[in-house]
Amino acid sequence: MNIDSINRGIVLDHIQAGRSIEIDRALGLRELDCSVAIIRNVRSDAMGKKDIIKIDEDIDIDLDVLGYIDPGITVNIIVDGVITEKKHLSLPKRLKNIVRCKNPRCITTTETALDQEFVLIDPARRVYRCAYCDAELGAGV
Amino acid sequence: MRHLINITDLTVEEIEELVTLGEAMRARPQDWRETQRGRILGTLFFEPSTRTRLSFESAMLSLGGSVLGFASADSSSTSKGESLQDTIRTVSSYCDIIAMRHPKEGAPIAARMTSNVPVINAGDGGHNHPTQTLTDLMTIRREKGTFEGLTIGLCGDLKFGRTVHSLVLAMSRYAGTRFVFISPPELRLPGYLLEELREKGIPYEEVERMEDVLPQLDILYMTRVQRERFFNEADYVRLKDTYILTPDKLALAGEGLRVLHPLPRVNEISPKVDDDPRAVYFDQVRNGRYIRMALITKLLEENP
Ligand SMILES: [Zn+2]
Repeated sequence: MNIDSINRGIVLDHIQAGRSIEIDRALGLRELDCSVAIIRNVRSDAMGKKDIIKIDEDIDIDLDVLGYIDPGITVNIIVDGVITEKKHLSLPKRLKNIVRCKNPRCITTTETALDQEFVLIDPARRVYRCAYCDAELGAGV
Repeated sequence: MRHLINITDLTVEEIEELVTLGEAMRARPQDWRETQRGRILGTLFFEPSTRTRLSFESAMLSLGGSVLGFASADSSSTSKGESLQDTIRTVSSYCDIIAMRHPKEGAPIAARMTSNVPVINAGDGGHNHPTQTLTDLMTIRREKGTFEGLTIGLCGDLKFGRTVHSLVLAMSRYAGTRFVFISPPELRLPGYLLEELREKGIPYEEVERMEDVLPQLDILYMTRVQRERFFNEADYVRLKDTYILTPDKLALAGEGLRVLHPLPRVNEISPKVDDDPRAVYFDQVRNGRYIRMALITKLLEENP
C-alpha cells in the first residue's frame, strides 16, 4: 500500500511512530464513512520508524490539533493521484478548545461556557500556559 | 479598555507614575477629595476579604466617589446560578470601575471580556493580587527612595505566597536587584520563578535561617508560615522559630533595613518589633489606600 492507492484525499506523513492512534482519536477519523488506513512502523531513513495515515477523502482537518500532537507531521493533499499541496506543521501559538485546564482552582472548571485557551510560552520545551490561570500544560492530548 | 489583572500588565514607567501620584495624594489628600465625584466603584467580592474591600472603598470615598457591591458570593446572583460573565456585564452597567475578588484563578480574565468598565483584580485565589504588590512597591520606593540596587529578603512561605511571587516578578525588572529567599526546604520559591531569575541573570540565594543574612538586607518581606504546609511535625518544630522576627534578630540587621508584611500577621513578627523604626508594615497599609486612589484615578482617566 502506498500513496498512489489514493486518488483524492489526505496523507499524513512523518508521524512519530506510535502517535497515529492518538491522531485517529483526536481527529475523529473513526466517524468517517470513507476508507482510512493507519499504517504503523513504516521504515523511514530520517526517522527510523514512522506512522502514516491515509484518508480517502478531502476532509477538513484541524491543523492546530495536529500540530499540537506532533508538529513534525507533513500533510499531503492528493488530487487525481498526485500530491498537489504539502503542508508542514508547527506548534500552534494558541490552543482553543483542544485541551482542558487541569488546575482544579482554574475559573474554567466552574464557568464551563468559557473557551479553553492555552498560549505557547516555550516552543523548545513545548510548554503551554492556561490563558486564565497560567497553569502549565505539557504536550500530548 | 485598560484593566489591571497582573502586576506585569504595568510597565516600570507606569508603576513609577502610579507611585509618584500615590505619594502626591498622600502628601496632600485634600487636593483629591472631590476629583471622582459622581463616579461609582463596584466592589464585587465573590469571596470575603474585609481588609481588601475596605481599602478599595476607602480609596474611592477619599476621591469623592461612591461605592456599591457585595461582600460575599451568597449575596450575589452567582448563588442563583448566573455566570460570572453575565454578572459582570450587568454590574458594569451600574458602575464606572470594578474591583473584583474571586476564589478561582483567572476569574478576572473571564470578567474583563464582558466588562464595559475597567476591572481591577483584587485577588483571584492563590494566583494574582496586583494592588498588594503596588502597595509593597510604593512602600519600598517611599522608604528607600529608589527601586534600584536593592537586596530584598523574602521570608516564610515562598511556595504558596502569591504576594511573594508578584513582588519577585515586579522587582526583577529593576537594575541591581538581588534576592535572598529565606524558607524551609518544603516552602521554597517555585522552580519556574527561580528559572526565570537565572535566565534574566538576576542574583539570588536560598537560605534556611534569616539570622545568616539579615545584615545584608535592604528590605525584609515577611510572610506567614502555616503549620499545615509542613510535611512533618519534626520539621515544623525545628524550623518554626527561625521564621519569627524578634527584637534579638532585628538587632543583627542594619539601620537601613525596612520590614514589610502584607498583613494580617499571626505570630511571625513579634509585637515587640512594632515600635522599631525599621518596621513599616502598618505604614504600608496607609500606602495601600493612596496607591489604590492613584490606580482608580489613572484607570478612570484612561477610560473616561
Ligand atoms: Zn486554567
